[in-house]
Amino acid sequence: MALRKTASPAVKLDSLSDVNDLGKPWRFTDEDTGLTVTRSCVWSPPGCHPVGCGLKLYTDENGRLVKVEGDENHPVTQGRLCVRCIALKDYEYNNSRILHPMKRDRDKRGQADAWEEITWDEALDLIEERYTEITGKYGKESFVNFGGTGREGGVSCMTYTAMVWQTPNACYTQSGYACYFPRLAAGTMSAGLVYPEMDYAGCLPGRYDDPEYHVPEAVVLWGKVPTVSNPDGAFGHAVIDLMKRGSKLIMVDSRVNWLTTRAAYHLQLRPGTDTAIGMAMLDVIIREGLYDHDFVEKWCYGFEQLAERVATMPPEKAAEICGVPAEDIIGAARLYANAEAATIQWGLATDQKTNGMQQAQCIIALMAITGNIDRPGGQITTGGAVALDADTEEDDEYMPYMALDDDELRGKMIGLKEYPAYCGMSQNSHADLTLRCMETDEPYPLRIGAFAGNNLLACTSAEPKRWEAAINRSLEFVIGFDCFMTPSIQAVCDIVLPLATVVERDSTVAAAYGSAPLYFGTQNKCVDEGDCRGDLELLYILGKRLNPKRFEEFDSYYDLLQFLRFGKSRMFEELREQVCIQSKNEYYKYEKGLMRPDGAPGFNTPTGRVELYNLGFQQFGDDPLPYYEEPDFSPISTPELLEDYPFVLTTGARTYAFFHSEHRQIPRLRELNPNPLVEINPETAKKLGVVDGQWCRVFNQFGEAYLKAKLTVSVKPDVIHAQHGWWFPEEDGNAPHNYGVCRSNINNLIPNFHVGKLGFGAPFKCMLCNVEGTDENFDTDMQLIQDKFGELR
Amino acid sequence: MEAMGLLIDYELCTGCQSCEVSCKEEHDYPVGKWGIRVLDDGPWEIEPGHYNWNKIPVPSDLCDLCIDRTSRGREPICVHHCLANVMTYGSVCELAKKMDGTKRQVIFTPVYKPYEKLRD
Repeated sequence: MALRKTASPAVKLDSLSDVNDLGKPWRFTDEDTGLTVTRSCVWSPPGCHPVGCGLKLYTDENGRLVKVEGDENHPVTQGRLCVRCIALKDYEYNNSRILHPMKRDRDKRGQADAWEEITWDEALDLIEERYTEITGKYGKESFVNFGGTGREGGVSCMTYTAMVWQTPNACYTQSGYACYFPRLAAGTMSAGLVYPEMDYAGCLPGRYDDPEYHVPEAVVLWGKVPTVSNPDGAFGHAVIDLMKRGSKLIMVDSRVNWLTTRAAYHLQLRPGTDTAIGMAMLDVIIREGLYDHDFVEKWCYGFEQLAERVATMPPEKAAEICGVPAEDIIGAARLYANAEAATIQWGLATDQKTNGMQQAQCIIALMAITGNIDRPGGQITTGGAVALDADTEEDDEYMPYMALDDDELRGKMIGLKEYPAYCGMSQNSHADLTLRCMETDEPYPLRIGAFAGNNLLACTSAEPKRWEAAINRSLEFVIGFDCFMTPSIQAVCDIVLPLATVVERDSTVAAAYGSAPLYFGTQNKCVDEGDCRGDLELLYILGKRLNPKRFEEFDSYYDLLQFLRFGKSRMFEELREQVCIQSKNEYYKYEKGLMRPDGAPGFNTPTGRVELYNLGFQQFGDDPLPYYEEPDFSPISTPELLEDYPFVLTTGARTYAFFHSEHRQIPRLRELNPNPLVEINPETAKKLGVVDGQWCRVFNQFGEAYLKAKLTVSVKPDVIHAQHGWWFPEEDGNAPHNYGVCRSNINNLIPNFHVGKLGFGAPFKCMLCNVEGTDENFDTDMQLIQDKFGELR
Repeated sequence: MEAMGLLIDYELCTGCQSCEVSCKEEHDYPVGKWGIRVLDDGPWEIEPGHYNWNKIPVPSDLCDLCIDRTSRGREPICVHHCLANVMTYGSVCELAKKMDGTKRQVIFTPVYKPYEKLRD
């Protein structure tokens, strides 16, 4: 994706006073305080998805970060900032950060006081020695790299595996890769589009008032609350900007949230039934002839078959399945289809169900048949011509990953035979089958591993205790790198490397992973801290050691950065002076031959059209048309379980305070949400004898978790919602307690191996459970958190 | 002296708490002390399918309207960081002109440590 030459002057917010820093260079001296200000587009850590928000980082004469403020020069964030970067100083100088490499004997895993501080040279020697020994004995494929979400390290996981570890087994450790990738896969297989994003004028210099832009009349937020979440790299509050400009909201969400109270339609469906809503909306739009006839005729494949299929799910039938009035489904479909421009943000909930790929298929079909793909104010896309491979001579500033170039080794990827679509597209071993491999040594033993931005015991993985046991059973040596000790590193790692934060290293960020034309920024270093190294710098250092031939062409970390992240004609120094450059974009690329590598008009699919009848799905053994399937555990599919587990469990609604399992040790953030919460409808709580604030045991046939009751009509009486990602850094880190990571982990209730036909999707948002009140009191003592973590280094 | 205040369009306050944490960082307020808090009124059902849910940032008795910043011509830090961009700082007379009764709004004129004057 090409960038504009330079940064455009930002559009000033009305609330910003006349005295401000608009127009200031990337580094300047603040006139009032004499402090040095470094402007930066930050990503992680602290954890976030790549929104690349604009920050002004104030450092004193000793190079200490003393203040953080939103950068009003940023084209999209315009000075606005969320709590996690506002409290960046408290993260940076938190007294529990890991600042030096440490090692521990394998037989002392789980012992928090057994770590021994070592030098970088010792750490690299040890890693090289064990890597050479173990992969020499079991093969390169015996290495598994556990990737996490969002953070730079997690996203670089495939590049690590290909370039440094030289193993086919990068593994995002969530069952069914139930996060983001199923949507990418559906987008790619349906339309050759990586991720059609809501168009919020992020790449236009005039933003919402740019003559090229059209404010959408309708915005659909489907399984997503973008204001609270870190919505896949989009600036969530853009939705508020659009509402101010007249956009009407359609919300598809199982909970009443703040946005639903401002929505024209709120389809409050039973968790996990989204595909039925999608099919019914398509049925309404097709039956009433509200679709874009011209677009369908020219650019869609399989419309008749789709029409026939969705006719089997009229709104009345969906209404019954989903528990939503049929007239609301009809009204929402009409509002969406009748808009001149309408846009959909599709959320994580899409991925967190076994039937999720079919939901994704419906959503792509909605975008397509209404002609909203690549229309101003509709879905913005990069087009299909963006390669995911970094090895290109093009001046493309985005975030690709490297693929393993050894085909024989690549063929050993765990799950490639069983789930070729999943493994082939994501370049990841299949999560569930990787778990089984560590339990059984089938098809071959995994014996060495590393974590890349992943805290799987607290956050990512279903049945976390099972993952812990499997890792400790199979892996002889495990490498961790992070800013803080996590329960996962504490339980299973033998060496830990200190990770630099976003202010301690130079790097780049492409908003939304570069999957939509938005902007590209530089993360500019302003602080030196301990022995810490950035995610990509670590990749460079480890690569030089373990795969020196591959890294011969790089004389410095900056050479590698340039190779991986931006074009050949510009240098980092040049880009960083611009801080943030918007992308160039053309709408209606499919008409102009800009979506296919061969330059022909149309979409980058075998038929050149958006495949409503999906040949890719068919090729890989799934139905080419969307179909509704009940969750594996639900009131309809397993009525026999209702006596024991009468409630539908949905999990993981986001909070402003935390990025997944991060930030629990930042007092000013923890204070916003001190305890793990379970939301229960007051009517239900009354029947259960549970009062507001009481600690409850939430349980099902797979496990249990203790959470604090929040009584709210956000959830319907038959639905329970539980927060995710909880652990307690203030508690004892020694096994078996391990920071209390098991106590409140809602993933104890989520099984592995309930994935869709293509291997994608898992039931994190739609299980069954029961709840009982307890006499326990696990309330967090905020004074203790303040005393333990409040004093900065 | 002209009364200064904060106009808050709470119709679109999302409750992101950027004002709360910004204020704590700016004034170095620890756990338990706040210069502004987001009042969370909801959700409660008015009639089937329609809920009251308003999030309203309310300055505390520790709000000094960021005198250090405003004396230099900058806006209070809560205004600067407000993700929904629904806070405006200014003279109460000017702010009142922005209120026309068509949307949910409120103006606050906080007083810093008002108890200090109780024995004057």
